[in-house]
Amino acid sequence: MRLERREHRPLLLVVLSPILAVAAALALAGILIALAGAPVLEAYGRILTGAFGTRLSATETLTRATPLMLTGLAAAVAFRARLWNIGAEGQFYLGAIMVAALGSSALSGLPGPVLIPLLFAAGALAGILLMLVPLWLRLRFSVDEVVTSLLLNFVAVLFVSMMIEGPLKDPLAFGWPQSMPVADHALLPKLIERSRLHIGLLVAVVTALVVHFLQARTVFGLQSRAAGLNPEGAAFAGVPLGRTLVKVACLSGGLAGLAGAIEVMGVKGYVTTDLSPGYGYAGIIVAMLANLNPLGVIAAALFTATMFVGADGMSRALSIPTYIADVTVALSLLTMLVAIFFTQYRIRR
Amino acid sequence: MSTLFDIIASAGLWAAVLRIATPLIFGTLGALLSERSGVLNLGIEGIMTFGAMIGWLAVFNGADLWTGILVAALSGALFGLLHASMTVTLGLSQHVTGLGITLFASSLSYYIFRLTVPLASTPPTVTPFRPLAIPGLSDLPFVGPALFTQTAPTYLAIVIALLLGYVVYRTPLGLALRMSGENPHAAEAQGVDPIKVRYGAIMAGSALMAVGGAFLTLSAFNSFFPTMVQGRGWICIALVVFASWKPARALFGALLFAFFDAFQLRLQAVLGDVPYQIFLMMPYILSIVALAAMARRARVPQALMQPYRRGER
Amino acid sequence: MTPETVLELSHISKRFGAIVANDDISISLRKGELLALLGENGAGKTTLMSILFGHYTPDEGTVRVDGVELPHGRPRAAIKAGVGMVHQHFSLSPNLTVLENVMTGTEPLWSWRSNKKAARRKLLAIAERFGLEVDPGARLGDLSVGEQQRVEILKALYNDARILILDEPTAVLTNIEAERLFRTLKEMARQGLSLIFISHKLDEVMAAADRIVVLRGGKVAAERMASETNKAELAELMVGHRVTRPTREPATPGETVFQASRLTVTSGGIDRLKEIDFFLREGETLGIIGVSGNGQAALSQLMSGLAAPSSGEMRLFGEITPALDVHELVEAGVGRIPEDRHRQGTIGEMAIWENAVLERIHTAHFSRAGLVNRMAGQALAATIIEDFDVRGGTPTSRARLLSGGNMQKLILGRNLYRRPRILIAAQPTRGLDEGAVAAVHARILEARRQGTAVLLISEDLDEVIGLADRIQAIVKGRLSAPIAAEDADPRRLGLMMSGDWTSSEGQTDAP
Repeated sequence: MRLERREHRPLLLVVLSPILAVAAALALAGILIALAGAPVLEAYGRILTGAFGTRLSATETLTRATPLMLTGLAAAVAFRARLWNIGAEGQFYLGAIMVAALGSSALSGLPGPVLIPLLFAAGALAGILLMLVPLWLRLRFSVDEVVTSLLLNFVAVLFVSMMIEGPLKDPLAFGWPQSMPVADHALLPKLIERSRLHIGLLVAVVTALVVHFLQARTVFGLQSRAAGLNPEGAAFAGVPLGRTLVKVACLSGGLAGLAGAIEVMGVKGYVTTDLSPGYGYAGIIVAMLANLNPLGVIAAALFTATMFVGADGMSRALSIPTYIADVTVALSLLTMLVAIFFTQYRIRR
Repeated sequence: MSTLFDIIASAGLWAAVLRIATPLIFGTLGALLSERSGVLNLGIEGIMTFGAMIGWLAVFNGADLWTGILVAALSGALFGLLHASMTVTLGLSQHVTGLGITLFASSLSYYIFRLTVPLASTPPTVTPFRPLAIPGLSDLPFVGPALFTQTAPTYLAIVIALLLGYVVYRTPLGLALRMSGENPHAAEAQGVDPIKVRYGAIMAGSALMAVGGAFLTLSAFNSFFPTMVQGRGWICIALVVFASWKPARALFGALLFAFFDAFQLRLQAVLGDVPYQIFLMMPYILSIVALAAMARRARVPQALMQPYRRGER
Repeated sequence: MTPETVLELSHISKRFGAIVANDDISISLRKGELLALLGENGAGKTTLMSILFGHYTPDEGTVRVDGVELPHGRPRAAIKAGVGMVHQHFSLSPNLTVLENVMTGTEPLWSWRSNKKAARRKLLAIAERFGLEVDPGARLGDLSVGEQQRVEILKALYNDARILILDEPTAVLTNIEAERLFRTLKEMARQGLSLIFISHKLDEVMAAADRIVVLRGGKVAAERMASETNKAELAELMVGHRVTRPTREPATPGETVFQASRLTVTSGGIDRLKEIDFFLREGETLGIIGVSGNGQAALSQLMSGLAAPSSGEMRLFGEITPALDVHELVEAGVGRIPEDRHRQGTIGEMAIWENAVLERIHTAHFSRAGLVNRMAGQALAATIIEDFDVRGGTPTSRARLLSGGNMQKLILGRNLYRRPRILIAAQPTRGLDEGAVAAVHARILEARRQGTAVLLISEDLDEVIGLADRIQAIVKGRLSAPIAAEDADPRRLGLMMSGDWTSSEGQTDAP
């Protein structure tokens, strides 16, 4: 038995691969649910109703999907250019704390329509700054950016913790470590009344469309794809590798920073060190499930959010730990890798 | 200055250095073993977490401490098998697969822990390893309390580091390992099966990683809680580069690193007005600095991260 | 009494997908014999040897050593039976020592100690016996290519090989090193070893081998004793049918479009090119010959805009330029055919049209305000496919699916469709089949006829003789003075390539 590279990638298989991957992940996670003594199908049914059963739960799922779309895009654009940005979690937090700092400062005197875009930009900028560190280390010292961007996640969260226990501490929070709240008019308008769903969702969807356009139609997209697929060939064709990588890093770090900014302005209004339940890491899974396609990221983020939100309800009803959602989502990353593999190879006897 | 001297001159510091270093030694050796065969294993963070959980759980359910260590090692080897089948047999991206395994192994740890141990306000504990007195040595002034009041797994880590150094450089197996990581085609041409070597190295390395995690719950602390590994796995990956893929230097690197960590903990007590987060950041920043300093000088295994398929050049 | 047969390949067949690499091949080797396996690229030589050595499993056929059949796909079994292989790309690791490279796999894996002392003694004894001196403790990466090959041979002998297979052993050697190698090989045969060497060079086959097996298109085309044949016959057997390479009209050189004076290129602390002088004229082809690894890569990098000189002067179209830049070159009408089609010339996972326009994506025709004009790109790709006869792809299919020849036609097309003033062609036909070679040559000649100045960097002597008007040799980063193609004969070129330039002095015709 041997593996043989396919001449053509069957389109049907490419399209179906995320679905097959998710199905396989659900089946494997089903074993874990069964081992816990709970009815598997009912558990999945409850996850679905937990995520979409009521108006409230549906808006909650969409709210959760918003930052996942942005961190998913951050990973997708970077991975496409073979820039392994695993630092979205840290970039998310820096974007968030930047918004908390500016949104509660004298700047907040600005009117909302000016302030909100300004805060978006500031959050993105914070993410970019953090991402430039591993990029610089890679270009200057040939250090693998995976480990450095990972390590910086811890530094970033500690920095945020330092800020919210120090200069940005909210004196009205009864001693809880949380940042000062951003001004009310810096909060994002709600999309649906009496829910947490805010216009950040629209921003995320539009961003996905813009990123898709950038990749598919622009010189930057063509060049960054070339640089990722074959750096030597791209250099021969005159693609400035370093500059392209810097642009990609800025886009990726900026998207992750923006995710943090939007989460603060849309949901909480202030920053704590548990603002993100691992959005940065989950973004990697979202990007892979989407096969690095920006439009696919929207769907993959929805799936991931469904699992997270739905698992809450299921957990309460069947006393299965909510961590089953994390397990399923992580498994779907692994099964997706295998699925992508089989779009490129086949087994020959 | 005199405070700095007091810190360094306290036996407690040096005892802490060895204690802090132990999980790093296990983890770094595990990562090193895997990378020497040509495969980066970023599953380390998750595998350490799982080892910490499952080792603790075994002991919590009545197994003795060494059985706990063994269970952790076996679980690590299983995750290693998963990593190997994806990166060696299928040749998938070692980066992404490793991260996937970290996410999977950590979430699975939390799931199993939550499922078997009910939520309580104070986490349940086990009786951890006790310091092992070494007759003669432990009674020496200063040196005794500084270096010879450790628990058994710490001594084990040091023995394994030295043993691995010997195996890598002095045995046929070590040569086969290095050749598989440098040039798997050459290894194959000389009758060494690089695929088997890689499977073996990844599984053994992952077992070491898991034991490093188990040390946290069975010796350093006595309970398990989520996120307790705190990026130690990533630090190990950095230490491998710092050690230039040499086991003895990995031991030295882990000790050096632990020294800084133990030192800053004590410094923190002295410098009360500096935010404690600054001190906590130090290990991560140090790792990054070490990487930058060594990345170009280190002799990277030539086939690291290159999938090997028989008959494909 | 005929000497015993030590190795027998019977009826070996191997297919890769639709390609038949080996078709019912049978060969035998006798003790103490030096057998040459002659054939052009793609004749199936390397596949056959990989089967013999257990890297590939044949679809049909058997391999017997001393009458005992070898199991398929088990390199270890081949080693045990006494077969050693010296690969074209050495199977060595630069980070390990000579001794470690040799020792890998020779001891039982699960033993507590490596007996390095004994191994070292054995290695030195073998080295002395065959005159292959080497320092066992040296790090392999610090050795020259010739020394590394010695290690590769020693490795096989260390494994008690009695049958030695050498795959294109002279490909990376200088003439002197090659001569020395063949002396060693003959000595080995005299001492009772049996050897097969794979080659496509008629001279060395005639000079060294006892017996010659010619492979063509995956089949045994003929078998001759070296004493009963000659180069002309072998050449005909090897190529099969006389392929007519395009004949050229005499050049009518125009003005000088590029001139290099005392150029030096340094990278990694080594002078890759040392004070080289050359010039290119419109409507004329300058051929650079040389054994691979003598600076050809640096020269094509420099001329493709990927490396800058550390000293010396360059004039492009009469103007002094400190360094060439990819965009400037492309816009100024300099076409570039890279050495390696797959790694430099194309991006396999991208569409053919994207590969066609990538290097000129910034021009107004293909993009505006940062937006790619797909229509224009696809139209260009369609034109190239049509005009340059690129088969097996559409503008939107991936470049990876093209065969080597068609990939090269695509690269030629994107360079030639705009009638470049200069064409840099590095190894333009390496690895192509004869049909594709002829097509590429015709295109290059056509460009020259239309007034393009061509720089042809090639390790294929026939190609240079067939295409170039002037010839310079590159040896260790230095360039010889040019000679006119009419004055080139194999002896003279051979001397030039080995760095002996006195015989070509006085031929310089300055612009």
